[in-house]
Amino acid sequence: MLRDYLPILVQLIAVSTVGAAILAVSAWVGKRRPSREKLSPYECGSVPVGNARERFSISFYLVGMLFILFDVEAVFLYPWAVVYKSLKWFGFLEMFLYILVLLAGYLYIWKKGALDWTR
Amino acid sequence: MDTSSDTAFFLGVTVVKVVVILWVLLTATAYLTWLERKVVAHIQSRWGPYRVGPHGLLQPLADGLKFLFKEDIVPADADRVIYWLAPFIAFTLAFLAIAVIPFGGSFSFHGHVIPFQITDLDVGLLFVLAVTSLGVYSIALAGWSSNSKYPLFGGLRSSAQMISYELSLGLALIGVLMITGTLSLRGIVEYQQQHGMWNIFKQPVGFLVYFTAAIAETNRVPFDLPEGETELVGGYHTEYSSFKFAMFFIAEYANMVTVSCVATLLFFGGWLGPLFGPPWLRTWLPVFWFCFKVFCFLFFYIWLRGTLPRFRYDQLMAFGWKVLLPVALLNILVTGAVVAASS
Repeated sequence: MLRDYLPILVQLIAVSTVGAAILAVSAWVGKRRPSREKLSPYECGSVPVGNARERFSISFYLVGMLFILFDVEAVFLYPWAVVYKSLKWFGFLEMFLYILVLLAGYLYIWKKGALDWTR
Repeated sequence: MDTSSDTAFFLGVTVVKVVVILWVLLTATAYLTWLERKVVAHIQSRWGPYRVGPHGLLQPLADGLKFLFKEDIVPADADRVIYWLAPFIAFTLAFLAIAVIPFGGSFSFHGHVIPFQITDLDVGLLFVLAVTSLGVYSIALAGWSSNSKYPLFGGLRSSAQMISYELSLGLALIGVLMITGTLSLRGIVEYQQQHGMWNIFKQPVGFLVYFTAAIAETNRVPFDLPEGETELVGGYHTEYSSFKFAMFFIAEYANMVTVSCVATLLFFGGWLGPLFGPPWLRTWLPVFWFCFKVFCFLFFYIWLRGTLPRFRYDQLMAFGWKVLLPVALLNILVTGAVVAASS
């Protein structure tokens, strides 16, 4: 059982070694001639205005929150789906009620306009 | 056979498999860039790369060398640690998911049966989804750490897009799980073998939702808003240069391969296909069929890029939340009713 996961560790070590090696070699062989203009953030050639650590649209936060809600639902469905064949109509009904509750929430956020980006 | 030498053999085989698959995947992603440029060029009546080697076949190599020798710029006010970490995370995660992908049956070597797969986890599909969904971190961190406005907005938009479509992606696969009753990718293919029918015929809606969401997950046309040059310059990787920049692209292409592999395994019978000829051919033909099916998906990806225009951002979010998500949920209910009624 645990042995099945050993190759994952091998893969992780191999991949991160390759990745780190490429980054290191690239940083090592690439030439460096930094200047103030070159190191300034890109803003289409004009002098950068302020700093990028600013406030941004709340919608992104909203999407993140809704994602958590529905992703937990999806995670719930996975084990259910695997044993579904032995649950049959009982499993169907249980999950139908569960999805129905979520659906109510879904319709609510739709009606509230949380899903409209240009609000 | 005693257990210590058995474990040593197992480890040895694993290391060899990891190295071979890593090499193949790296080469494949490099040549995917060549294929993409070539196919898109021909769609647009151009020649594409033609100078470096015959038909530009050495172009990926030249590109790689060029990336390696380019100046490595870190913007002045960037968060240096995170700025370095982001491309590394993208690369590592993209190449980690391939570990559970089976690409053939098995072959025997000195009396050992060795499957064409690094490891067959019981929860293989869950592992793939978990690892690929972590990829959003690299994009969010890259956008934020650059301390520049375009990468910030690109990163935010990209993360919002990826998590939105991840829902539909995950839900679309549940129909297949209900039919096959296993999360093991090998098990899902074996189920299709036993029933003599690819899952695409039982789950056409699931497949459509999955593949649409997958295209959005990998930030490809028509959902390539993170890289919407016309509005966001380069998106989250605007401030990246040299190989750090290349790593995001290698990761993107590797993710395309992973997504195509999952689509092949879950819906198109994985390595199943007509077998003939001597035993060695029967061992290797499944690998060929698997690679061929994955190639078809990748070609389709490129074809889409040459054909479709880009969505607008609000259209993209509306499509993910108001169309794909309800369709995926409906698909689960219908599948559930059909499976319960027929068993």
